[in-house]
Amino acid sequence: MQLTTQAVQIGLEWDNRTGAVAVPIYQSATFRHPGLGQSTGFDYSRSGNPTRQTLEAGIARLDNAAHGFAYATGMAAITSLLLLFKAGDHLIVTEDLYGGTCRLFNQVFDQFGLTFSYVDTTDIAAVQTAIRPETRALFVETLTNPLLKFADLPVLATLAHQHGLLLIADNTFLTPYLLRPLEAGADIAVYSATKYLAGHNDTLAGLVTVHDPSLAERIYFHQNAAGATLGPQDAWLTIRGIKTLGVRLDRQQENARRIADWLAAHPRITKVHYPGLSEHPDHALMQHQARGFGAMIAFEVDKHALVEQVLLKTTLISFAESLGGVESLITFPQVQTHADIPPALRQRLGINDRLLRLSVGIEDADDLIEDLRQALEGY
Amino acid sequence: MKLGTKLIHSGTTVDPQTGALGVPIYQVSTYRQTSVDHFGKYDYARGDNPTREALEEAVAALEGGSRCLAFASGMAAISTTLMIFSPGDHLVVCDDVYGGAYRVLTSIFSRMGISSTFVDATDLQAIAAAIRPETRGLYLETPSNPLLKVTDLRGAAALARQHGLITLVDNTFMTPLLQRPLELGCDIVLHSGTKFLNGHSDVICGFSVTDNPELGQRIRYIQNAFGTGLGPQDSFLTLRGIKTLKVRMEQSQQTTAAIVDWLASHPRVTAVHYPGLAQHPGHAIHAAQADGPGAVVSFELDRFETTKRLLEQTRLAAFAVSLGGVESIISYPARMSHAAVPAEERARKGISDTLVRLSVGLEEADDLIADLEQAMGA
Repeated sequence: MQLTTQAVQIGLEWDNRTGAVAVPIYQSATFRHPGLGQSTGFDYSRSGNPTRQTLEAGIARLDNAAHGFAYATGMAAITSLLLLFKAGDHLIVTEDLYGGTCRLFNQVFDQFGLTFSYVDTTDIAAVQTAIRPETRALFVETLTNPLLKFADLPVLATLAHQHGLLLIADNTFLTPYLLRPLEAGADIAVYSATKYLAGHNDTLAGLVTVHDPSLAERIYFHQNAAGATLGPQDAWLTIRGIKTLGVRLDRQQENARRIADWLAAHPRITKVHYPGLSEHPDHALMQHQARGFGAMIAFEVDKHALVEQVLLKTTLISFAESLGGVESLITFPQVQTHADIPPALRQRLGINDRLLRLSVGIEDADDLIEDLRQALEGY
Repeated sequence: MKLGTKLIHSGTTVDPQTGALGVPIYQVSTYRQTSVDHFGKYDYARGDNPTREALEEAVAALEGGSRCLAFASGMAAISTTLMIFSPGDHLVVCDDVYGGAYRVLTSIFSRMGISSTFVDATDLQAIAAAIRPETRGLYLETPSNPLLKVTDLRGAAALARQHGLITLVDNTFMTPLLQRPLELGCDIVLHSGTKFLNGHSDVICGFSVTDNPELGQRIRYIQNAFGTGLGPQDSFLTLRGIKTLKVRMEQSQQTTAAIVDWLASHPRVTAVHYPGLAQHPGHAIHAAQADGPGAVVSFELDRFETTKRLLEQTRLAAFAVSLGGVESIISYPARMSHAAVPAEERARKGISDTLVRLSVGLEEADDLIADLEQAMGA
């Protein structure tokens, strides 16, 4: 079955009593037991909630994984995964990482004795060099934020597994619709479902998928023990969002392609990072491994003063954090999403004071281009 | 303002834009910005959401704290708050702590280098004896779960202060309506808001409250960094639940008193644990620090068969985990809330195979008693 069909099927056959085609929102904290030592399969909503479970089974199916887990936010999902490790363990991490993840690693887990090395994970030799005896995992973003570098998961997986490391892939920018990380060799996929999966800029959610049963058992233990689970209303909204994932992303990618071409030809734009452009260094690899290039674009304007003008003069495109929703959003990574990355690293990576990140929505491409055109005028 | 009024009028209860009496449900992830240099107070909903914020302000006001953070569950509140400690730190914890808290302490925080010693916290000398040079926190529940043991919060907080420890109190069973640990000298109050605060068995949520601005800032930092904050729908429902906290709790307490009287004279009941009883060992201390005994009672039965029959035959009281809802809930600590505690540890703590915990809801006392009576048999 194709992924778009699977997405629409989520929750369709859950409710046997009424035949409702949407899973009910089980706004219930606890569940009555039929007898001593007996359970309906549901005891307490932190441990298992039917609405959340439908979402968890749904994302597992989309990722072709055996198990799915849903959390209050994407950061809660990542935090829960880090609980798999113990003091003294070392992780190798993609260097141009989402700022929130970087903050969590450097300022929270660091003090609990986990250590992190930031490397360019598109450079396999650099990853190999960074492996130490105490290295336990490789954490990559399948398409990085904000510079849109593509991770070669099959090669990384081979390297990781040779050294007994877990390969964890943050697939937020691509979603299972464009790439299934576990099929490409990752052990764990993690999502900020707030973005493309829920897709409406209205719900915060995090998801994890995994295939290995013993790993799944440990992840479930921490999900239940630490309790950062997703509530039923938000689980339901995420399911609702996933049903339109395919049509939204198709349109978003079409729009992104047109905007990237238009930006590349604009005299005030000095650089466009979009893997759909043939000059992007990962274009060929991504064409081979993924089913699309996504709908995120990063671009540089020719001078810093233009940054503020673009952010404030765009009217259809909102100046706001986050991404992946039906509405187009524009951000300034240096001071917003990536403020917690150390400045020296930021500069080296190219997250500079002229870089903007655009999340392309499903508005008409002509209107979006016109909005950008008028915002870039003058100066 | 009295607490009963605060329940209705704390925090942002009127929407400034429309005058709506309830805070709107801000089902949104991000907020449009107007300046490159100065972001608005709201930039991303993991950090700030007005609906969650209204709830946080309300609970802070009720507990008498300057800062409250709302979380996706009571365990998310507990585990996020415990992240204020560092590797090498040691905690002294009451020995019949909720099984979920026991589990995170002994299986997650222990691996991060934060160790715990479990002591009978009804005995201040036992707490004092467990304090080591590296002890940083004292973690308490009173009345405790499920045995309703009482800890002297003023005494414990004063002892903790002498040793430079942070005192954390899980106030789930009492709610700020009946007990306000910050006023008694404690530093952080924790809640499973799922229970009496929300009160309808329909939301999972938790709180961490403090009057210390630095601790508040630190917990808020971790809440945002971890992303364990409560969603807007659940925040709204909890705010809605809190409005009836007083009427619910007063009614449930009254009903509990009637049930406790009945249980105490029942031939198959061998012990009743309830701090409202004059013979309860912590009765006087509880009366000095709380405004009521609450609506949770635990009791022991003559044998396992009676216990099993009671749990399976009650019709009104739902046999389920959790507590604090409008529906009465009967549960079996040995296999439910405290299943995560090893069997011999449970036995040592007095959580026997004939112990039952009853959370009293809003049904009529006569109906509940008749139901218990038919289920327990002669």
